[in-house]
Amino acid sequence: MAEKTPDNKVSPPERQYPDPARKLKQEPPTTGHSWDGIEEYDNPMPRWWLWTFYITIIWAVIYMIFYPAWPLVNRATSGILGYSSRGEVAAEIASFEARNQVWFTRLMETELEDISADAELQSFAVNAGGAVFRAHCSQCHGAGGAGVQAAGYPNLLNDEWLWGGTMEDIHLTVRYGIRNEDFADARWSQMPAFGQDGLLDAEEIDQVVHYVLQMSGQDHDATLAAAGAEVYEWNCASCHGDDGSGDTFQGAPALNTAIWLYGGDYDAIRHSVYYSRFGIMPGFAERLRDAEIRAVAAYVHQLGGGQ
Amino acid sequence: MSILKHHKKIETHATLLLVLSFLVVTIGGIVQIVPLFYLENTIEEVDGMRPYSPLELAGRRIYIREGCYVCHSQMIRPMRDEVERYGHYSLAAESMYDHPFQWGSKRTGPDLARVGGRYSDDWHVAHMIDPRAVVPESIMPSYAFLMNRVIDGRYIQDLMRAYRMVGVPYTDEMMENARADFLAQGDADADHSGLLERYPGAQARNFDGQPELTEMDAIIAYMQMLGTLVDFSTFVPDPSR
Repeated sequence: MAEKTPDNKVSPPERQYPDPARKLKQEPPTTGHSWDGIEEYDNPMPRWWLWTFYITIIWAVIYMIFYPAWPLVNRATSGILGYSSRGEVAAEIASFEARNQVWFTRLMETELEDISADAELQSFAVNAGGAVFRAHCSQCHGAGGAGVQAAGYPNLLNDEWLWGGTMEDIHLTVRYGIRNEDFADARWSQMPAFGQDGLLDAEEIDQVVHYVLQMSGQDHDATLAAAGAEVYEWNCASCHGDDGSGDTFQGAPALNTAIWLYGGDYDAIRHSVYYSRFGIMPGFAERLRDAEIRAVAAYVHQLGGGQ
Repeated sequence: MSILKHHKKIETHATLLLVLSFLVVTIGGIVQIVPLFYLENTIEEVDGMRPYSPLELAGRRIYIREGCYVCHSQMIRPMRDEVERYGHYSLAAESMYDHPFQWGSKRTGPDLARVGGRYSDDWHVAHMIDPRAVVPESIMPSYAFLMNRVIDGRYIQDLMRAYRMVGVPYTDEMMENARADFLAQGDADADHSGLLERYPGAQARNFDGQPELTEMDAIIAYMQMLGTLVDFSTFVPDPSR
């Protein structure tokens, strides 16, 4: 009697392992090498692999004929297609130029003030100018044109302008920039550093700051502001205007609004009066084409504040 | 296939295999590398290129030290979109005095090959101190500490000597005036005639607005000259590149 097995235990069937030699229809030849009795079959390489390999060799020959390949004495063979990466980029730029040329010509021939009247041209100018703006202007004025508040980079979305917001004004500003030394035509003005240069004493500065706070409708000390009115009239009014409305001929910002270039609280205004603050903008006359400058002027003009 | 039988001689002879392997690698190297030294269109001749002025060189060392190349490339590729955004594609001549070059391949930030003159010095200072103050979407770290690191050019001549050793054509005159030029370029009130004679097109002024000469001055001097040297009005691109 065999050993007793539990009823529920089923012994697995014996596994059948295939005979490796029998799997092959025909025994392949061996390489003849033998290492400790281990031999190596000499199977052919897969045909698809072999043909892919041959095709790559043929492709390399074709490539060498058509494209730049072999270095010779002075330069490399240029290939019968005459391909060059620079030629390609030049051709691509030329093709876009040709397509835009008609628009650029129209942009140059239209008076700046009349561009917006031509809906088609305006649409082109705003799109082309938008691309220029994002590449050349957005770093300071922000991708959306909102500037950097309280850091001196003006907001272009409102209708407060330092140097004027007409097409002509914007165009001139973009072309030659502001307070740079590259262009003789750059807009130029400089506020004196009233405190640093000793033009006003601390008390007068305190008074005039309160007057500016009053002018812009903020909390202020009425007594100091009243005294500041006289200081303002003598020192500030010639540029910022009697009523603080600014002067776009001199790039003097309005002081009677809630829009500030460097911040409008007491400390910020005092700093501006004491040390004087102003920004610099590069001119783009040599960087951009005339048509591009006109386009970006049109773009800025329609952002919201164009006059 | 009789020739393949002879291959066994190589396979079974370690020294012969080594020698012949070197031979193959040598031929490959010669074919790929040597033409770069004699082909006339490898580095085109352009007008305006000069070695870095001492202060620019110091700025460049700071650029490398701070790992700016990790996020910024200095290589405008010949493609329309890059040319539109950054300006003329970079030329080999423009980095011929670069050791090591800063072409890079990673653009987390924009390419800087032609950043020179694109922004004001004030913008650069504000941006280095707090990048998000001027570019809200920026992820660049602050480099405000550069404002506090005063430099005096004590070792600038040694640095230039090292660059001369690897082939940058600094003249004896440049070497002698290294430190004077270094200090003059960051000082708006200094006499710049010698500096400008030795380094045409160099920009000399107080870059960071502080009375002291700091690393901020050096890096902005470097930023403001990047890509501005070549005179493209006389440049004729070699068609077969």
